[in-house]
Amino acid sequence: MATFQQKVEAAIPALRRYARALTRDADIADDLVQDTLVRALRSEHLFQGEEIRSWLYTILTNLNRNRLRSLARRPMLTSLEDNDAPDLAGPEAGGRDIERALALLVEEQRAALLLVVLEGLSYREVAEVQGVPIGTVMSRLARARVQIKTYLEGGRPALRRVK
Amino acid sequence: MTTQDSPVTEDELHAYVDGELPVDRKEAVAAWLTAHPAEAATVAAWRAQAEAIAARYGAVAGEPVPERLKLDQIMRQGRPRRSLAALAAVAAIVAFVVGGAAGWMARGASAAAPSSSGSITADALEAHKLYVVEVRHPVEVPGSERAHMTAWLSKRLGYAQRIPDLQSIGLKLVGGRLLPGPTGAAALYMYEGPSGERFTLYCAKAAEPESALRFKAGRQFAAFTWIDDKAGYVVSGPDNRDRLEKVTKKIYEQVDKSGARKS
Repeated sequence: MATFQQKVEAAIPALRRYARALTRDADIADDLVQDTLVRALRSEHLFQGEEIRSWLYTILTNLNRNRLRSLARRPMLTSLEDNDAPDLAGPEAGGRDIERALALLVEEQRAALLLVVLEGLSYREVAEVQGVPIGTVMSRLARARVQIKTYLEGGRPALRRVK
Repeated sequence: MTTQDSPVTEDELHAYVDGELPVDRKEAVAAWLTAHPAEAATVAAWRAQAEAIAARYGAVAGEPVPERLKLDQIMRQGRPRRSLAALAAVAAIVAFVVGGAAGWMARGASAAAPSSSGSITADALEAHKLYVVEVRHPVEVPGSERAHMTAWLSKRLGYAQRIPDLQSIGLKLVGGRLLPGPTGAAALYMYEGPSGERFTLYCAKAAEPESALRFKAGRQFAAFTWIDDKAGYVVSGPDNRDRLEKVTKKIYEQVDKSGARKS
């Protein structure tokens, strides 16, 4: 029977993968994982024995949301990379890859999609991680997929594609 | 009427792609899709998205885990109280984490560390940059009025301030000032060495209960940041990591052992 720490340790590679896709920045991603682990180790006594992986994803997802909130209070300091990421110029602008598509999504949709397709969590687990009903998870997933599809097909995000 | 004939909803298509359908329904949806090419194309596009995401990020899980993310490393930080030896060890490691010659300052706060420690660091470095060049009015309250300043800033920040004494490493307290912080008031204490080098300690309440110790190097200045018990601390100074680390240790020792806790 694996100990609490062994289980946490085993989850680190997947947490890094999720954080990387969530933030699309290797340094920020590993900072997030580090903070997640610090918090998890400290909160071992709060862990109720549910699926440890979901619990770690929950911590990381919340930390990232806090991070984005604190950034939102600093509109003057938006980095060049951030402005550059959502390329709305049109299909000829190029670089319509999955990374840019993910950057277009609102955070909750991105997290829901990544937890399902990259991390393999069930809808129920994602609902627990995000603290919302399953129906909300599904609508986030649906909106994420529509947005990405539209973007990759060269359309403008959030607009109905017209032939 | 069989299950195969019942209408397929969009939710079911997602559930189908994500393997969330019960077996009988899964077969029904698969059969339905053969007769509905437009929906089948959409399903294929969703699958392609998932594959693209896996292709782009899947390999991260196969990378070796960096030292700073290993559990024994994280536990050695000895929370909630980190020992000085551990602090030094952590500092030595985190020093390599950011540092980039490209200039952290240029990246702006939006690329800063997660939680609020990055935002606190950015605020502190801004304040540091602004006030260390001041000749006549670097502080609001001079260091000679330490008792008054401690009482005043403790009141304004809402938790006990302990202003470190750095005389033993040759730094004199110039004084302090009140600043707007990320979540209310912040305090900035300035210290000066014999050759005029200045260091500041920035204190503010943080949104996060705590963080690891982080080192950030900018073009001119560098900073060590940590959050302990919802109080954020940023030690800023000239971009000389060894010197800054010594100052940080001295400060850490005093604010941590002082019981400077939020009430």
